Amino acid sequence: MSLEEWLDRPSGEDLLAREKDNTAESELFFRRALVLLGVVLAAFLAVASRLVYLQVLHHEQFSTLSENNRVRLQPLPPTRGFIFDRNGVLLADNLASYHLEITREQVEDLDATLAELGERIELTDADIERFQKLSRRSPPYAGVPLRFRLTDEEIARLAIDLYRLPGVEIKADLTRRYPLESRGAHILGYVGRINEDELNRIDPGQYSGSTHIGKVGVESFYEDTLRGRTGWQQVETNAEGRPLRILSRTPPVPGQHLYLTIDMRLQAVAEKALEGYNGAIVALDPRNGEVLALASQPTYDPNPFVNGIDYASYRKLNTSKNRPLLNRALRGVYPPGSTIKPMMALAGLEYGVVNRYSGVYCPGFYRLPGSSHRFRDWKRGGHGSVSMDRAIAQSCDVYFYDLAFNLGIDRIHKFLDKLSFGRQTGIDLSGEKGALLPSQEWKRRMHKHGWFAGDTLSVGIGQGYFLATPLQLAHAAAVVSQKGIDFKPRVLLATEDPGARVKTLEAPRSLPPIKVKNPQFWDTVIAGMIHVVEGGTAYRIGIGAKYRIAGKTGTAQVFTLGQGEKYNARQLAKHLLDHALFIAFAPVDDPRIAVAVIAEHGGGGSKTAAPIARKVMDAWLLNKYDEVSIAPEPPSAPDEDAHGTE
Amino acid sequence: MERNNDDGKLFKLIRLDAPLLLGLLTLSGLGLIVLYSAGQQNMDLVLGQGMRLGLGFLIMLALAQAPPRYFRLWSPWIYLTGILLLLAVMIVGDISKGAQRWLDLGVVRFQPSEIMKLAVPMMMSWFFADKPLPPRWLHLLGGVMITAIPFILIAEQPDLGTALVVGSAGAFALFLAGLSWTIMLGLILLVGGAVPLFWTFVMHDYQRQRVLTFLNPESDPLGSGYHIIQSKIAIGSGGIYGQGWLNGTQSHLDFLPEGSTDFIFAAFSEEFGLVGACLLLALYFFIIARSLYMAACAPDTYTRLLAGSLTLIFFLYAFVNSGMVSGLLPVVGLPLPLFSYGGTSLVTIMAGFGTLMSVYSHRRTPTR
Repeated sequence: MSLEEWLDRPSGEDLLAREKDNTAESELFFRRALVLLGVVLAAFLAVASRLVYLQVLHHEQFSTLSENNRVRLQPLPPTRGFIFDRNGVLLADNLASYHLEITREQVEDLDATLAELGERIELTDADIERFQKLSRRSPPYAGVPLRFRLTDEEIARLAIDLYRLPGVEIKADLTRRYPLESRGAHILGYVGRINEDELNRIDPGQYSGSTHIGKVGVESFYEDTLRGRTGWQQVETNAEGRPLRILSRTPPVPGQHLYLTIDMRLQAVAEKALEGYNGAIVALDPRNGEVLALASQPTYDPNPFVNGIDYASYRKLNTSKNRPLLNRALRGVYPPGSTIKPMMALAGLEYGVVNRYSGVYCPGFYRLPGSSHRFRDWKRGGHGSVSMDRAIAQSCDVYFYDLAFNLGIDRIHKFLDKLSFGRQTGIDLSGEKGALLPSQEWKRRMHKHGWFAGDTLSVGIGQGYFLATPLQLAHAAAVVSQKGIDFKPRVLLATEDPGARVKTLEAPRSLPPIKVKNPQFWDTVIAGMIHVVEGGTAYRIGIGAKYRIAGKTGTAQVFTLGQGEKYNARQLAKHLLDHALFIAFAPVDDPRIAVAVIAEHGGGGSKTAAPIARKVMDAWLLNKYDEVSIAPEPPSAPDEDAHGTE
Repeated sequence: MERNNDDGKLFKLIRLDAPLLLGLLTLSGLGLIVLYSAGQQNMDLVLGQGMRLGLGFLIMLALAQAPPRYFRLWSPWIYLTGILLLLAVMIVGDISKGAQRWLDLGVVRFQPSEIMKLAVPMMMSWFFADKPLPPRWLHLLGGVMITAIPFILIAEQPDLGTALVVGSAGAFALFLAGLSWTIMLGLILLVGGAVPLFWTFVMHDYQRQRVLTFLNPESDPLGSGYHIIQSKIAIGSGGIYGQGWLNGTQSHLDFLPEGSTDFIFAAFSEEFGLVGACLLLALYFFIIARSLYMAACAPDTYTRLLAGSLTLIFFLYAFVNSGMVSGLLPVVGLPLPLFSYGGTSLVTIMAGFGTLMSVYSHRRTPTR
């Protein structure tokens, strides 16, 4: 007899139940259900007798405890950390401010009180609406804010009559302030009132007593560091729940101060240089990934967002076609245009489809084998015979059409992916876009049909489906300048304990280096980039430079010309003008800055973007900050078309 | 038993059981009234909960229409999906408030462990549906495995409350399947004997300390003990007739933590006293008794076991919560079903009742 047979050997009533017998099983179930019902009854009786014990036998005792229950826990919200730039310039702090609060329980006639207050200070419909909304969700004994940011004059006017208005109080609190207003707003972001969504996400214990939370930028990414920890105090209260005295106290831990890698002087130079265009500038220190400046134009003043921007202003910001709220440096996606050529050349060398000497004849157009379609070069007459160095310096399209065709999209994708194209660079700011590095697989998924050789050619000159963010371009320039050594871009330089004033430096976040078969490939490509500035497409910015620059111009088409049409800037409407791009690093021997500039509809990269990059590099490398002040100039009248019309 | 008036026809048409529906509606209506008071007269809170209840009842109505043979057909797949999701949570889940329970699907975040509350009874019933009952040893082992795998996965998260529900659901199914008393006694002795050995030889000091605080929160009056002390004061001060609706000081002055969620039973007992609380318990008993009766009417093993174990999950919620709030049981974060504010477990509970309604209204058609 096996073990199983022995275990299952028939016993007693089991003998009858070897086959499935629904009637017997039904009866069995009924008996078991009855037993369980007995258990349920017993369980509930146990709870009921516990209730008798608590509510009848010990009622007196618990009633006394309840009446004496006057100790309440009150949250003590922490003070939010300040934000400074790398030189200690203050970017965000907290300002003592006053708001008006009403405790409904103590008010006899709410409408009359509101009317009376409305005679003394300005109360908008939005204020009243918010007050009523908040009232509905708070108990009558709790104070509900009615108006924020009372001016000294308003406080004086209210103070005289406050004694006649029971339940109305002026309360002090701290309001986040961004003293430089629009300068660097896209980096800092702002804090705002906690909304319904966030309420579901946060730990209610940590946020009790707090009203604000970081919404975008550094304020959002480093929310936990800036916030600190909520403290608690035990308060004795009277029978109505009003606090009388403090019994014990766990003080809150204030948030850490943050020092950013940004140099606000350079940021100011960058924002100023880009003025008049929509676009972005990203400047990195290629040796460690520190973001030195990250400008996105147009920008906005974050201060009104702190206590709820009014609807009309928000609408204006949000519907303006210049989209000032868009952080173009990390969320703007553009065709990289010819700025991708150095990286493309590197891929060509790495996979051995070209070497530094191999030449291509450029007649001004390129034809795929067996096709009559002409892929144009930007130079109508062509560049003649070109090798890699001249192809980069003169930005010859035909050379790179041929290179891309020989590489094929799969290898292009594989190589550029390593340089963080098509995915986030991992900067410590929320909302970064990965943009788009197309692949065969991607096109099948999105466009339902296969990859064409023509698609590869467009990608080869940074057009077609290919999209990149200014941050990705600056990062790529930085990696090339360091010959493969790769760092995640970051904006946090150090944190500081506000009490002890002890700074903790952040370590550079290094990424696995990008390796090529022969380290000289880097030198070949960098030589090409130097010749862009020295005699190439960007020769104008090379004139009079006190240090050597390696760069690459780019011009991204906003619309496609028909076969045989000619691009004529003068005949085109402004919004159809090409985007101007430029990437660069300098000094060539010991690169200390890598820059990417994008000026939307700026025309050509060499004409518009390169001089802007030069200004930024001059400022950083030669300490040329003289004429630009850190604080933003008084805002010019908000103009729908920021770069004006001819 | 079958009434032939028009009401009867209507309920037959929508496949709902009138007495059970009445019980559930009374319970949730009462819940909203109490929530208004316990939630500091916050109308938004009550409306939100009302919406969730409405959704819950719709889910119940929808499930009641589905013939139970579909539940049977889908049982193993739902169970497997649940297990896979639990594994996914382990690997990629969000850590929220210190425990890894949530799976972020981009659009929605949800707790796969919630699915297991329904999937384990379904799988157990499916497993025993074509086996002769009472179960043999080998089948018993199968049943234990079906329950133990999700139990361990959920307890690892760690989410002891849900693990308890899932584990008990399996145990109830085994009991209803007719597990012999001898084996049960043996199992109980085995577990009972293992605990002291485990305690003495396996556990570390800090682990023992953690278990002790878990069992006796009052040893930590400012931490987790604060909840239970304030809860007992709320219940005790209610007395026989209570302090009246909207008059409970413990909940209104914010002494009672979680007064509208896990501890709503305390807020209720403070305002409605022993009389109210006993009537509430009676209402729960009525719902459970009616559900068990409906389960006993089911045509075959699958539907019987499923309906029975779902009913007992409901019981478990009600008993563990009221026991915990009154200090009879240790603190386990289970809500009072249809009473506590919150949505996740509400949906599960109502889905369970929908299944029960379906089983009862299709009691003339066996699942195979």
